[in-house]
Amino acid sequence: MAAIGGTRVNPKKFHKNQIPFYLYLIPIAVFMGLPIVYIINHAFKPMDELFAFPPKFFVSHPSFINFQNLFQAAGTSSIPLSRYVFNSLLVTAAVVFLSVLISTMAAFALSKMHFKLKNTIFEVNNLALMFVATAVTIPRYLTISNLGILDTYLAHILPQVAMPVCLFLIKQFVDGVPNSLIEAAQLEGAGSFTVYRKIIIPLIKPAIATGAILVFQNVWNNIETSSLFTSSEGVRTLAFYMNTLSTAGTVQGQGMAAAAALIMFIPNLLLFVVMQSSVMNTMAHSGLK
Amino acid sequence: MITKRRTPYLFLLPYLVLFTVFIIIPTAMAIGLSFTNYNAVQAPQFVGLTNYINLLTQDTIFLQYVLPNTILFSLVVGPVGYMLAFFLAWSLSQLTKLPRTILALILYSPSMTMGVAMTVMWRVVFLGNQSGIANYVLTQLGIITEPIIWMLNTTYIMPIVIIVALWGSMGVGFLAMLAGLLDVNPELYEAAAIDGVRNRFQEVFYITIPSMKPQMLFGAVMSIVNAFQAGNIGVMLTGSNPTPQYAAQLMTNHIEDYGFTRYEMGYAAAVSVGLLALIYAFSFVARMLFAEKD
Repeated sequence: MAAIGGTRVNPKKFHKNQIPFYLYLIPIAVFMGLPIVYIINHAFKPMDELFAFPPKFFVSHPSFINFQNLFQAAGTSSIPLSRYVFNSLLVTAAVVFLSVLISTMAAFALSKMHFKLKNTIFEVNNLALMFVATAVTIPRYLTISNLGILDTYLAHILPQVAMPVCLFLIKQFVDGVPNSLIEAAQLEGAGSFTVYRKIIIPLIKPAIATGAILVFQNVWNNIETSSLFTSSEGVRTLAFYMNTLSTAGTVQGQGMAAAAALIMFIPNLLLFVVMQSSVMNTMAHSGLK
Repeated sequence: MITKRRTPYLFLLPYLVLFTVFIIIPTAMAIGLSFTNYNAVQAPQFVGLTNYINLLTQDTIFLQYVLPNTILFSLVVGPVGYMLAFFLAWSLSQLTKLPRTILALILYSPSMTMGVAMTVMWRVVFLGNQSGIANYVLTQLGIITEPIIWMLNTTYIMPIVIIVALWGSMGVGFLAMLAGLLDVNPELYEAAAIDGVRNRFQEVFYITIPSMKPQMLFGAVMSIVNAFQAGNIGVMLTGSNPTPQYAAQLMTNHIEDYGFTRYEMGYAAAVSVGLLALIYAFSFVARMLFAEKD
């Protein structure tokens, strides 16, 4: 392959010319990856190591005591842990699916169709993503309360589905889909919906994967919808529950916080690996520019 | 191109409904509040532009610390974080699939663990006594004899906050750029090599970046937004809002300070609108750079 300096984008095989990249990527990765290593190690530290002096980075006598404390504390609460897990899974799955669906549809319209308000809508969307969420907290609470969905699953799901960042991201990728492909399909009689399903969706899978990671993370780790828009424990999420346990202020709290951090972190990690390896990498070079 | 009249609105409808109800209406209400005195209990009182005038003339903390801090922080973290994200994404794109996925995961992980890792790890690193990792290492190396109280020392707070912010800046922009890089048609590179592109620099500037302008723009806007909206790093590390002597006080902290500590919601809303204006102005520069010329 004729490529400059013997390396190329997305190579199929290892080549010695890739070594320089590893020489700086690995040290950077070690620095960036420290928190993961720390979170994993910390979760398994027994009490004496958690408060050891000098502080220890790695665990020397791993134990499950933090997890035991966590599950014990969970066992004494009136709502079983499985309920929080179920709530989180339901809310997260619903938001990720709906969000990706409506964002891709809207992105298709904003990128590839001509209509009057096109630029205005895109501009308003971008302005919305630049506005800090903090200032909107109270007005949002009022809106949700007026809709009468406080304390229901809908209070978790509906406010999070429309996500300006996700639309912006996906729209940027739809921009890269060549118009010629769409025109060719239309000449053959394909309607807008067919174009969306058969051309846009397959070609923007990397964007869908990225968007899904983004939405998942936001929703899975969100404690705000639970603390602000719900009042009964039965509809609250795992992230919220873990947070209440670990901020209880006890000595065991720090250990439980470490265990909870690991438990909440793992699903993020799994989703990232699945999305990156199955969608991103196989879709490389799909853009027939 | 699709020109039927109703079709675009059909595709946009679900998004627009939810976007309007949960984002536009609350945001419009918040902007409306910026023209009022509102303490979250009594009904808002209309005061016209008073909040904005106070912000620009009376609020010495804002003018003396918050605004300069925010601009300094954003001018460092925005561009440096962005270039770093592009450079690392580009480096990753030169690797084979498995190591790329693993390294991408690790580089992205700070964005996943941000809240968690901050409390669990960075506070231990920068603990103000001998048991803090930074102090321990520096003492062992003989650089310091007394532990530094990092989070109370105004000289160190801002640099530490910037380092932690850069460390966490491989976010969704980084992922989008990585996906964009992998999506560039490889034939372009071959054609470029034949046309006399000699080195990596030329390749990146003449082929790679122009072929992924939409993703570059997305990454740039996200870097700007994230830099200006950052705020919880200083608060989480020092454990207080305001941060000691306002050393790392950023606009979002100022908003939270007024909104949720002093319950001056109207004023907090005015600061939010000011922040929006700043972000919009800076993102305009990014859009000039990566505008599609078609």
